[in-house]
Amino acid sequence: MTALLRNHWDWLLEQRWLLPVLVAIGFILAFAIPEYNLLNKYVQLVLMYVGINIILAVSLNLVNGYMGEFSLAHAGFMAVGAYTAALLTMKVLPIAAYPGLFPLAVLAGGLAAALLGLLVAIPSFKVRGDYLAIITLAFLMIVKSVIENIDFIGGPRGIPGIKKLTTLPWVFFWVVVSIWMVRNFVYSKYGRGVLSIREDEIASDLMSVNTRRVKFLAFMTSSFFAGIAGGLFAHLLQFISPRVFDIIKTTDILIMVYLGGIASITGSILGATLYTVMLEVLRPSTVAGLLSWLPDMVFNPLNEYFIRHLGVWRMVIMPLLLVLVMLYWPRGIMGLREFRGFIPRRDREAHHVLKIPKSGEMP
Amino acid sequence: MTTLLEAAKVRHFFGGLCAVGDFNLDLQAGQLMGIIGPNGAGKTTIFNLITGVYRASEGNIRFNGTELVGKTPHQITALRIGRTFQNIRLFRDLSVLDNVRIAHYAQANYSPLEALFHIGRYRREEERIIENSQRLLSIFKLEALAGETARNLPYGMQRRLEIARALAIGPELLLLDEPAAGMNPNEIDQLMEFILWIRQEFKLTILLIEHQMKLVMGICERIKVLDFGETLAEGPPEAIQNDPKVLEAYLGEGPVG
Repeated sequence: MTALLRNHWDWLLEQRWLLPVLVAIGFILAFAIPEYNLLNKYVQLVLMYVGINIILAVSLNLVNGYMGEFSLAHAGFMAVGAYTAALLTMKVLPIAAYPGLFPLAVLAGGLAAALLGLLVAIPSFKVRGDYLAIITLAFLMIVKSVIENIDFIGGPRGIPGIKKLTTLPWVFFWVVVSIWMVRNFVYSKYGRGVLSIREDEIASDLMSVNTRRVKFLAFMTSSFFAGIAGGLFAHLLQFISPRVFDIIKTTDILIMVYLGGIASITGSILGATLYTVMLEVLRPSTVAGLLSWLPDMVFNPLNEYFIRHLGVWRMVIMPLLLVLVMLYWPRGIMGLREFRGFIPRRDREAHHVLKIPKSGEMP
Repeated sequence: MTTLLEAAKVRHFFGGLCAVGDFNLDLQAGQLMGIIGPNGAGKTTIFNLITGVYRASEGNIRFNGTELVGKTPHQITALRIGRTFQNIRLFRDLSVLDNVRIAHYAQANYSPLEALFHIGRYRREEERIIENSQRLLSIFKLEALAGETARNLPYGMQRRLEIARALAIGPELLLLDEPAAGMNPNEIDQLMEFILWIRQEFKLTILLIEHQMKLVMGICERIKVLDFGETLAEGPPEAIQNDPKVLEAYLGEGPVG
């Protein structure tokens, strides 16, 4: 029975129509769910956050997983995308008359973030590992304090009253685009360059890989999609402030990446989904409901000191989770492995097909 | 015969320490030259200077008339200089095939945009790279292991894969850094035959560093003896074997087998 299932599964994965059909079904669902209220509003909202987090995790994985750097700047790129897109829809573009201009604002947010990604790529030529982590952390703090000190964009108070333009179909669209483009990047000479930098940067350079160019491209692609996610996020939350994009936000994305597994798109999708759902489940009311069977003697103090303050405890629990994952499960769920359907057919077959040598054979 | 690689008055310092002092080289196209010398003689440093890992403090290095000093390693490699390492430096977590494919970076002629959308020249170039990589793996009898992770290969195969990877660059000049390290006399015999064979098959000029006298004396046409970064002697194997200066500084006293 299992053998039969596996054969069907193998057959299914070999079909060229599989991914296009899945994407088409996804789009139909993304339109139908809000239109006919197939799921309640709360679940729809969570779905959109899952999508945004998938974009964030997949893009951060390019730098932290595939390239093996440790960048903490992702929330900063997200902030740049969020502010750029929000300012465009509020002050520049005639969104009220033409809501169809929204993707343009999101795209501009992505491009602005990509431009800043160039800046962060430069220190990565000189330093790696811990030192790059410190530099990207500094970058994150600079972005935050710059925003805090510009009155025009609300300073520390942020921007309230952003239009709710992010919808399930748009989130799905950008999720598909980000996965597709990161996957295309990974399965190209640049992607292999990124992997070889993680393995051995000097050897990579000596195998003709232009490591600077590859780093530029990886940082730009990664920050571009962080900016896209930021734009979607701003128009979903409808309020952004510098505090939203602090180190805790970066930590969230890091957990998704390392939990899901480095150098794996599938891993990032799983990590982002699991983590987002977990955060929703771990709300005080849900947890209190789940634990209400405990005797009052245990439940009351637990509720008093812990469950009711889960929002604060989160700041302790989540970084601790990151530490534990990195120590005991450094490869995460899918580390260095990939769902077969994401790997281009040419790549898969090249690893199996045997060829007869055309010229001589070694002695 | 034309000069392929030429080094003139190359000096290199690490801080105040002179690692290479007045290094000169004239390597003819098609030649197989060996560099020998005691530990710390600056042999690997010379390879690092040629390939741009270090930038020579003084002097010139020319390859086919192009000045190499000041160029980055990937620029120099793209001029078709391949190398291997004293301690194997494969991309250990990547597949055997990907190790070889990565070395095609400079030859793959497509832009980042073509890569992001998998359009234009991407397809044709990727197919060409796969074909050439598989051809190299077949030649080196590694084709059945294309999907294997490089770290899982036995030592001897890792050495072979490293040479296959260096050849993927399409080199005119191949630099081999202690290819016989960790091999027994029997394996060294095979390696000697193998080096002569790839030289002919791929029309290579080879510069190699080696401690194993058997290999150096057996296949090199010219030998250069270094000591503390300075050339002690240079010539064909017979002359080197009988040079009193070399005997004293490196080979020790008495005859060498």
